Amino acid sequence: MRDLLAIPIILLAVVLQSSIVSRVPLLSGIADLPLVILAAWALQEGVDTAWHWAISAGLLVGFVSGVPILVPLIAYLFVVMLARLIQRRVWQAPLLAMFGITLIGTLFMHIFSLGALRLAGAPLPIVDTLGLLTLPSILLNMLLAIPVYAVMRDLARWMHPAPEFE
Amino acid sequence: MRNNFSRALQTTIIFLVVGGVIALALGGYFSSASNVFTGSLVNLQTWFSSRFVAVREFLTAPRDVASLRERNAELESEVSELQAQVIQLQQRVGETEILAALVDFSRANPENTYKAAAVIGRDPSPFLHYVIINRGSNDGILRGMPVVTNQGLVGRVDAVIADAARVQLITDPASNVNVRLENAETDASLVGSVTGDLELELIPQETNVEAGDLVLTSGLGGGYPPDLIVGQVINVRARDFDLFQQATVQPVVDFNRLQIILVIVNFTPVDIAPLLPVP
Repeated sequence: MRDLLAIPIILLAVVLQSSIVSRVPLLSGIADLPLVILAAWALQEGVDTAWHWAISAGLLVGFVSGVPILVPLIAYLFVVMLARLIQRRVWQAPLLAMFGITLIGTLFMHIFSLGALRLAGAPLPIVDTLGLLTLPSILLNMLLAIPVYAVMRDLARWMHPAPEFE
Repeated sequence: MRNNFSRALQTTIIFLVVGGVIALALGGYFSSASNVFTGSLVNLQTWFSSRFVAVREFLTAPRDVASLRERNAELESEVSELQAQVIQLQQRVGETEILAALVDFSRANPENTYKAAAVIGRDPSPFLHYVIINRGSNDGILRGMPVVTNQGLVGRVDAVIADAARVQLITDPASNVNVRLENAETDASLVGSVTGDLELELIPQETNVEAGDLVLTSGLGGGYPPDLIVGQVINVRARDFDLFQQATVQPVVDFNRLQIILVIVNFTPVDIAPLLPVP
């Protein structure tokens, strides 16, 4: 039953992203709250619903946004996959892993969005886009990473309490 | 008779002695003794008084503090309620001012029918310049309808659901608006960018364009109604080896502070795609 919590949390994250986070730009970049939440969630031990969260977030963001729906869906699934891979290797430094996933995930999301929108005919200059959108967005996502990781860690401990050994 | 005389004598003697003692006391002859007496009395009374005051304060003071605290909490709550009301009223005043300006605009342009909507969000992707409004197909909003404010052109409706719609701003990189320069009397193409800057393209080389020229929609292409104000030219780039001039446009609408917009609901965009020659 607690797994269903993904839906209201992702819904809230997308609403916050659209109504608040998108209105706080740095240069032309904005933070990606669902991406950071997914990265933090997928890094938690005992969490096996990260894929569902990624699909929910991808569909919701694709529905709200003007970018093709496959872009956020694939990008968020990639973030979860990356987090799963890194979690097994860098499990002793979760914050480092969080920063790494946020950096690579944001880069992937932006490069993928850029490619998809250019294919759709939007004249987006690559250098300007990377300088004015991607770098500020990475910085903002990094700033969000620490508090979001702390919140998601508490949530994961509540949803998946560690077994007690006698 | 003898007894009566002796009793009167005793009484007289007592009065004389008492009177004498009082006279001596009033004359200051008993000061040391009276000081000791009155001092002891004052000390005793002070002790009792201080104890009484302490007991009274013990019994009454806590009740006063509690009632004061309660009253203070009530007043603080009232103050915060009033502050919230002030903020709400200020917000309403702001909205009313915006709505009044929009009503003035719609009265000044009676040829169009407008539907007001509030901006409730922005596109989650930084690549796109879209806003989300709280009116949808239930309110008669259709894809392609132009969106304006009392200041000028905002964009057009890109997608619609029952109770909301997504509006593509003219600053979006994929936006392309056919415009005309009022002073130069020439047509051009207005495109957005990732940074939200507006560029005028396809201005013929022979056209004399100057900073300050007003940019209006031309109506060509059928995407927007004609003569909607877009902005002003702020600088021009004309190079001899280019086919066309370029110019930067300052929009009249502040896209970062969009709150309430008007959708022109009686304008049906024309899709000219089937008329374009296929290469």
